[in-house]
Amino acid sequence: MATAAPELINPSVDDVLADAKVHDGANPADSHTMVINMGPQHPSTHGVLRLVIEIDGETVVALAPDIGYLHTGIEKTCEAKFYQQVVPLTDRVDYLCPMTNNWAYCMGVEKLLGLEIPERAEYLRVLLNELQRIQSHLVWLGTHAMDIGALTVFLYCFREREQLLRIFENVSGQRMMTSYIRIGGLSLEPPLNFYKQVEDFLKSFPARIEEYEGLLQTNPIWMGRLKGVGHLSAAQAISLGVTGPPLRASGVDWDLRRDMPYSIYSKFSFKVPTSDVGDVWARYIVRMQELRESVSICQQALDGMPATGRIVADAPKIILPDREQMKTQMESLIHHFKIVTEGFGVPAGEVFQAIEAPRGEMGYYIVSDGTAKPYRVHMRNPGFATLQALETMCKGRLLADVVAVIGSIDIVLGEIDR
Amino acid sequence: MAATYDPASALHGTEAVFAAHTQNAAVTALRTLAVDAKFDRNELTIAVAPENIVQAAQALQTAGYNFLEDVTGVDWYPSEPRFQVTYHILSHSLKQRIRLIARLNGDSPSINSITSVWPSANFYEREVFDLLGVHFGGHPNLKRIMMPEDWQGHPLRKDYPVEGYR
Repeated sequence: MATAAPELINPSVDDVLADAKVHDGANPADSHTMVINMGPQHPSTHGVLRLVIEIDGETVVALAPDIGYLHTGIEKTCEAKFYQQVVPLTDRVDYLCPMTNNWAYCMGVEKLLGLEIPERAEYLRVLLNELQRIQSHLVWLGTHAMDIGALTVFLYCFREREQLLRIFENVSGQRMMTSYIRIGGLSLEPPLNFYKQVEDFLKSFPARIEEYEGLLQTNPIWMGRLKGVGHLSAAQAISLGVTGPPLRASGVDWDLRRDMPYSIYSKFSFKVPTSDVGDVWARYIVRMQELRESVSICQQALDGMPATGRIVADAPKIILPDREQMKTQMESLIHHFKIVTEGFGVPAGEVFQAIEAPRGEMGYYIVSDGTAKPYRVHMRNPGFATLQALETMCKGRLLADVVAVIGSIDIVLGEIDR
Repeated sequence: MAATYDPASALHGTEAVFAAHTQNAAVTALRTLAVDAKFDRNELTIAVAPENIVQAAQALQTAGYNFLEDVTGVDWYPSEPRFQVTYHILSHSLKQRIRLIARLNGDSPSINSITSVWPSANFYEREVFDLLGVHFGGHPNLKRIMMPEDWQGHPLRKDYPVEGYR
């Protein structure tokens, strides 16, 4: 077997340990290496990521990520649930953007069913997903800055995140595990003060972005820790499957929202920020620009939103009926009973629905065998692939830079382990 | 009533699909290697024989499909061929996606690794190996990735109970 680029293949934990043993006995005076274990409980691994790192002095020689500590078998559980029961499971895949997961899954099932979604629901989906992106990027910025030592930014980011969580709570009843986007539309009509709340947030937020930049971009420690660290070239990023902001920061101008538009993204105009530097700093700049673009998309969604209209498709055998109708119409009651007890059959076939999540490309591969339960659900998560690039980004750099690089790939272990 | 999916809209078989999509870069690249094809819900699926998978991946890469998105598997137990290994490959320049599949028999399923074409297949193939028990020949370190190393069985197989063995 030819191995074209062995330097891009992540070693396993055993390989790192074996390599360290080789260096250990050879010549202790000048090639002595040591293995350190980082995680799974470590404040800057953002969850339960374990890294086994071989270091020579303070320089990283080899690095092996060890994952699976958060593996809950969501893909297996999905196979035992009705299609509509999978929606709350998708929330738990990536707890920083639950609605994005809901959306990708629901769009996949809707594609299997051939269901058309009313325009108003599409606008609300876009609006909420861009708010999710802002929320997710705020957590990234806060924790990334905290890892580097800029504690203040964390508090400010979480202040704005709180505003967004209140919006999500207002619209869905939940702050995090929203399950708001359902197959065929949305679960509830948004409350009356929802638009005002979003509008207020969008009005104040651009000034906040400048506030964060003021705190960080005048800070010489922040600049020093980010610039020139964790370099990844465009070719490396593509061969390692990196998507989202890290891919764009490496100079690949690719965004699914613009290049393969799904839902109604073709109606929106927005810029796709890129950089060709490819270091941690470039990823920071790209995400900060994305925050601004998301604000602009949210504003466009608010402006273009139809004032009235349904929020669910007209498909009584798939969508739960209105509670009022159930009390007065026999047919609605029957549909409700059928959906809850038997689910609904989905025509056999397979689809892959990818969307641009805050961390990169989130794809749902759904296989149906014609019954009411999915035969197979697989999630293609951005973090899983991006983690493979960690060694390439850290090799030959200082141990302290590993923390900066982990922050820059915006790692969420929930989506990696599933 | 919202539009619903019409099963008659799907195209099955290499001849029908290749005749309808003569301009498609993937169709051109895999013309000789394809054993089956499907065009359904606007998604193109091409099946190749398992022994040709590396060749097919290279042909697609040459044709402009530069980005491997996903490698996963489906267990069709108890029917044979039992396993289906699915590759989703994206082209940044053509703005197209193709699903490449290979079907494997149930007893000791094995297929060659495509890590030599796309290093990103590394983790994905380890995941399929771990959860479905498909062996990838020539993989640089084929070890379990999600489950503990001493785990018995492959959880995503259909004959593995959802609640596990107790």
